[in-house]
Parts: sequence; structure tokens; C-alpha cells
Amino acid sequence: MSESLSSSAAGVEVEPSVSLRAGRLARRNRSLSRLRVGILYSRVRVEEKWIFAAMDRLGLHYDRLDDRGLVFDLEHPEPWLQYDVVLERSLSYTSGLYALRLLNGWGVPTVNTAAVAELCGDKLATSAALVRAGVPQPRATLAFSIESALHAMESLGYPVVLKPVVGSWGRLLAKINDRDAAEAVLEHKATLGSYQHSVFYIQEFIDKPGRDIRAFVVGDRVVTAIYRRSEHWITNTARGAAGELCPLTPELEDLCLQASQAVGGGVLAVDLIEHPQRGLLVNEINHTMEFHTSQPISGIDIGQLIAEYVLVVARGRR
Amino acid sequence: MEEGAKRPSMTTVTCPECAATFPLEAGAEAGEILVCPECGVDLELTGLDPATVALAPMEQEDWGE
Repeated sequence: MSESLSSSAAGVEVEPSVSLRAGRLARRNRSLSRLRVGILYSRVRVEEKWIFAAMDRLGLHYDRLDDRGLVFDLEHPEPWLQYDVVLERSLSYTSGLYALRLLNGWGVPTVNTAAVAELCGDKLATSAALVRAGVPQPRATLAFSIESALHAMESLGYPVVLKPVVGSWGRLLAKINDRDAAEAVLEHKATLGSYQHSVFYIQEFIDKPGRDIRAFVVGDRVVTAIYRRSEHWITNTARGAAGELCPLTPELEDLCLQASQAVGGGVLAVDLIEHPQRGLLVNEINHTMEFHTSQPISGIDIGQLIAEYVLVVARGRR
Repeated sequence: MEEGAKRPSMTTVTCPECAATFPLEAGAEAGEILVCPECGVDLELTGLDPATVALAPMEQEDWGE
């Protein structure tokens, strides 16, 4: 029943409507005050500030959980069971992933889930999930030895891109233009790197038009997208690329939603490359995305949308 | 599991790297990263009352988004 119908039925024009609104607000506030939200973080970046502010605006009670100070007692999960949802914003992929595994194992809902983090935080796992879902992406291969990696690179054809399976912000990416460079880089990685650097994730190099696309998915919606422009082949904003609003098209939205579903959905940033012949390809998916460039450019309050999504997940538990 | 709080009033902090003293901006929050205006080093705002800073941890290999 609408408020106006209620007012009319009561034969009073104003007061019941006001009191109805007040009652509804009070019920909403009581409902929100019962919800317990934890925000797992490492640093208060501008994104965390925006999320905290959005939580305040929504009237959500939340605890700030600095991951450096936390201890998880495996036999005593009680302190964690109070939470209706935990939003994971850790800088460390490893810390965040282990925390999510424990929390989900105890039945605590998280944004995003451990399963999503496992797929998004590892480029090989992401690629495999995209293949399973039939989502177009750059060709990728995996090899474990220098010899097999060289073979894989020559099968793809130079130039190729060598990436660590775990890593972000464009770190340790190598565009390899020929066999000489390949031999040098592979030897350095195998000799100087941790064991993980002998897992050779090799991707075809795509001559993109001086930009890539970052699109933000919250639940079942693509909320905004930006181009990331750079004269360098690495177009991460962490490496100096400039942002510019990218219009949402049905093709872009469909592909982003497919990619999101392929890894389990949630709050995600999908990175896409425009291939000159094959069109849009999904390159990577980020599960604890930054948006300090995208939010001001798009005018979309991504922090608010994340907070609202967290609220929906929390309510789903009650 | 503490609830964060915003800095109550204008305060200055001293860079542990170069000893420069500089004011915190309004709305600064514990856990935030600041850049020393004199030497450019990254600092973490480790406390608000009193305001304290420490050299921010170096970027780790698995850090990211």
C-alpha cells in the first residue's frame, strides 16, 4: 500500500504520511543497526575512505579490521561469527585469500567470496575459468621449464607477454620481442625469482589502440567503465595511464557480465583489450579493485555501490 | 577490531626519514598513507591521538587489486 493511500484511508492528509515515513525509517534504522559488517583492509586508501563514508551514509555499523593486527584462532571462530558480511580489501592477495577461506569456511559471507578470489587472483585460474565459460580472451599458455616456455612463445609468435600468475599493478610484466630476449628473461626468472616465477604464464601480445578498458561490475550490473590510455604497452593507471570515460555498450556490458559470472560474480573490475580483428577480449578480472581514477572520471559513486552491495549480502544472511 | 576515528583537530607530524614537520590534512584517518612534502617518502599515519607516522611498508610482490 502506498503512503498516499494510507493517508487517504485514515482520512488525514499529512500526519499519517509523516508518521508512516518516520516509522519506516525507524524500522530501517533498527534493522541496519542489527547488521554487523567487517571491513578487512591493509591501508586506508582513498577507496577505503569512500567506502567508509558510504557505510556511514547508509547507517551501517562496521568494524575496521586491519589485516596486520588480526589473529584467527581456528578453534574459536566466535569473534568472526558476529559478522553478517566481511568486505575484503586487503592489499596482499595471500592474506586476503586465506582470510576469506577461513571466513567462508565458518559460514561468514564475504565480498568477494574465497572462490572468486582464488580465480581472480591467479591469472591462470582466471584464464581457465574464462575458457570454461567461452568468454573471449587473449591466447594464453602455461609452461614450467625454460625450454617448454621457449617452445610456447615460438608457437604463439613474438612478441609475447610474460606475466607472473600472481601480481598486479602491471608489475613484472615483460613484452618479449624475440628469442634472445626470451632466453634472457626466462633464465633470470628461473634463477632469481621465487618458485612461482618458474610458472611461466605466456600471453599473445595484442597491438591495442593505445588504451584498454576497465569496467566495473557490481552484482548483476556494469556500473561504469573507463579507457586507460598510455603510450606504453602497459596501460595500468598504477603505471601512469590516464583515464577517460568509456561509454557502456550492450556488447561491453554483456561481455563483462559473462566474465563476472565466469568467476563467480560479486564486486569486480574487468579489464578488456580491443583487438583490431577479434573485438573485445577479457584480459584480467580484479576482485579487490581500486577506483580512485574511475570514480571521479565517471561521476559514479563506486564506493556507495559497493557499500549497498555489501548491505544486500548482509541482509541475505538474516 | 577497533572502530576508526577521524583526526579531531589540526595536528602536525614529523617525518622519521628527514625530520620535516608538516600538518595533517583535515579528515586524515589512521592507516592512511601520506607523502612527506620534503623528502617524498611514503608514511603511514599510525595514530591520531597523538598523531604519529611511520615509514610505510614497502610494496610486496602479491600486493594489488
